Amino acid sequence: MSHEHAAAHEPSGLLKYVWSTDHKMIAFQYLFTGMAMALIGGFTVYVFRMQLAFPGEAVPLFGRVSASSYNALVTSHGSIMIFWVAMPVLIAAFGNYLIPLMVGCDDMAFPKVNRLSFQIFFLSAVLLTASFFVPGGAFGGAWTAYPPLSTSGVYNQTPIGATMWLVAVALEFVAFLLGGINFITTTMNSRAPGMRMFDIPIVVWMIVIASVLFMASVGPLVAGAVMLLFDQVIGTGFYDPARGGDPVLWQHLFWFFGHPEVYVVLLPAMGIVAEVMAVHARKRLFAYRTIVYTAVATSIISFFVWAHHQFVAGIDPRMASLFSVTTLIISIPVAEMVFVYIATLYGGAISLTTPMLWALAFLVEFLWGGVTGIFLGAAGSDIYFHDTYFVTAHFHYTFFPIAFIAGFAGITHWFPKMFGRMMDERLGKIHFWGTIISFNLIFLPLFITGAAGDHRRIFDYSGFPDLNLPYLQNLRIMATYALLAMIAFQVVFFYNFARSLRGGAVAGANPWKATTLEWLAASPPPHGNFPVMPTVYRGPYEYGVPDRADDFWPQYEPAGPAGQEPRLGAAGHGPAPSGAMAAPER
Amino acid sequence: MDLPTGRLGVWWVIASEIVIFGGLLASYVMNRIGHVGFGDQAAHTNVWAGGFNTFVLLTSSLSAVLAHAAAERGDGARAAKLLRYTTLGGAVFLVVKGFEWTHEIQAGFTITSSLFWSFYYTAAGLHAAHVIAGMVIMLIVAASAARNQHLQRVENIGIYWHFVDLVWIFLFPLLYIAK
Ligand code: HEM
Ligand SMILES: [Cu+2]
Repeated sequence: MSHEHAAAHEPSGLLKYVWSTDHKMIAFQYLFTGMAMALIGGFTVYVFRMQLAFPGEAVPLFGRVSASSYNALVTSHGSIMIFWVAMPVLIAAFGNYLIPLMVGCDDMAFPKVNRLSFQIFFLSAVLLTASFFVPGGAFGGAWTAYPPLSTSGVYNQTPIGATMWLVAVALEFVAFLLGGINFITTTMNSRAPGMRMFDIPIVVWMIVIASVLFMASVGPLVAGAVMLLFDQVIGTGFYDPARGGDPVLWQHLFWFFGHPEVYVVLLPAMGIVAEVMAVHARKRLFAYRTIVYTAVATSIISFFVWAHHQFVAGIDPRMASLFSVTTLIISIPVAEMVFVYIATLYGGAISLTTPMLWALAFLVEFLWGGVTGIFLGAAGSDIYFHDTYFVTAHFHYTFFPIAFIAGFAGITHWFPKMFGRMMDERLGKIHFWGTIISFNLIFLPLFITGAAGDHRRIFDYSGFPDLNLPYLQNLRIMATYALLAMIAFQVVFFYNFARSLRGGAVAGANPWKATTLEWLAASPPPHGNFPVMPTVYRGPYEYGVPDRADDFWPQYEPAGPAGQEPRLGAAGHGPAPSGAMAAPER
Repeated sequence: MDLPTGRLGVWWVIASEIVIFGGLLASYVMNRIGHVGFGDQAAHTNVWAGGFNTFVLLTSSLSAVLAHAAAERGDGARAAKLLRYTTLGGAVFLVVKGFEWTHEIQAGFTITSSLFWSFYYTAAGLHAAHVIAGMVIMLIVAASAARNQHLQRVENIGIYWHFVDLVWIFLFPLLYIAK
């Protein structure tokens, strides 16, 4: 059990940062690795957007972009952003930081497995980064790694990089499988006394559901990756039609994982946003239980949509219709969650703090992604839109809110807890508006160029007279300038982060007046988290409670003298009938 | 929840392994259904060796169960001894597998010979890797059980071993029997 793991066992000095088994330190390791990888991912996108805007010209800090280096840049960008930014930040960093604090225990159930998970993840990040520097350069076969491009150095021209990419992704999967063990066992077994299933904060639910979803979907792809590795290095023909294999098999294995993966990162993002909204709107989360059920339902449905990525891969039209329908069906629970969040905001005392702004922006921008997804889910229109910039714009309107907007909401909301200081609100708002405006200016034009026929993965449109029209080129240039602006605004964020670490106003334990357990611990929480292990008396979102001096009622606060105040039901349900006592029922 | 933390962890590992083997076997089955003549190659596999190995693995699972029972009684020394028998079963399994593979390779059937043989070596090889990992962990668990420490681990490694066993129960008919 985690209790044998007391403060005395913690290594001291510099080693503390490398060998710590403390969930908070591991969370920081994931967070900072993810942020560093975001810089690399950002640099690649800077280079290839510059190439698209000004084809053939040398890109400052990089040089000329060749066709194959363009492919390598795009591939690395996609892989890094999904596997080495979205996953480590949203699931691993927030999961590690929040789960023990929010369920009220001192550490993860398996602290050593937790550390091992980060170390494997870190190794995978190093391996991927190193692949830029091997002969042939980084893998260039797209983040989906479709054969035959991915199977043979003859096709991908990056024989070493392709194998390094594959091994790095496989290690990354192992790391997250190990991480999931901790998330689920800690939530099931280490909850504070009195905390029932529906007293668990929503973000913990979401991370746990996402971990289960990841575990269930990634297995076939792990098997597929072994087969791909053997095709690459031993010369088997699993995906080679000339030798009896089938390249479409990879597509099935990849997207059976790949589409659920969208929800693996979406759910934690929605969880973060829900926490932020409840706190900064002083409202009980609307339909809390329904959100949990919806998240489970969405996860299950997400296993039945994968072939919408293969509408042009020669699948049977009857199968295409089936997958169109399931794809459109999955927008129902997702839309429902969005409505539930709007209902939470309705009538709330909304304070437009930086975290709240990010949370609101998440809903607005994600809506664009969802609506444009309908065009792609319908097989008929997807056949036209497939592999155009319309698709690129669509999934960036979903992934950017997930990976960055929700990430910033979480970082700005929990920064005072993590580091004991407040971030600067004015700088935060500059960063917010700069990022949101430039984000839309990058991707709105891409819907237009995509609808006009701009195909993805063309590195120089000047070779295509039909696509080399001035208005299209101007839109491409506009998107690139907007990207430069966005990168500039991220400097504001890093400055604010670094400056607030030392110079921010001292936060205190509960600066936002929030109810969940992490705000009971000191800011930052010491090793072991709580001076006395907390007991839970009620659901996690008791905001705007009438007849109380404070407008909120923390989970850890016992009822007043003689139990005058009624025990409230689980969040989402009204107060329990009077007479119910504060003692938790199980 | 009533499940002890360690056992929950083992179940998580097994669940993730089930989907990995599931993906591999589903790919194999789809290929067999889709390709006429694919399964003809299975005629060359040695059913007797495979059958003997099935028997060995099942027997080794039995001693893992007995080890668990001994651990429940607090008899760490006996649990350790039984676990070592199980490990021995794993070793016999691997030796037979080694002879089998040597024979196949000498007959010219290598991992690149055809899609069937690619699946044969990949699936059986992945399984064998799990057998080896299980044996190593089992010896570690036996060492501590012999000192009457961490007796709950005896059950956990047993659960894992039954899983390895179960995978073989799927592999054997798919790779050896179905012709
Ligand atoms: C809301 C409902 C959604 C629908 C109906 C939908 C539908 C689709 C479809 C049909 C495609 C295939 C397009 C093509 O290649 O022709 C696609 C691509 C994609 N979607 Fe979505 N999607 C949805 C949500 C999301 C979300 C939330 C994300 C990410 C967080 C996402 C990420 C992607 C990505 C990365 C691709 C590109 C695949 C590639 O590289 O070819 N989608 N989407
Ligand atoms: Cu999809």
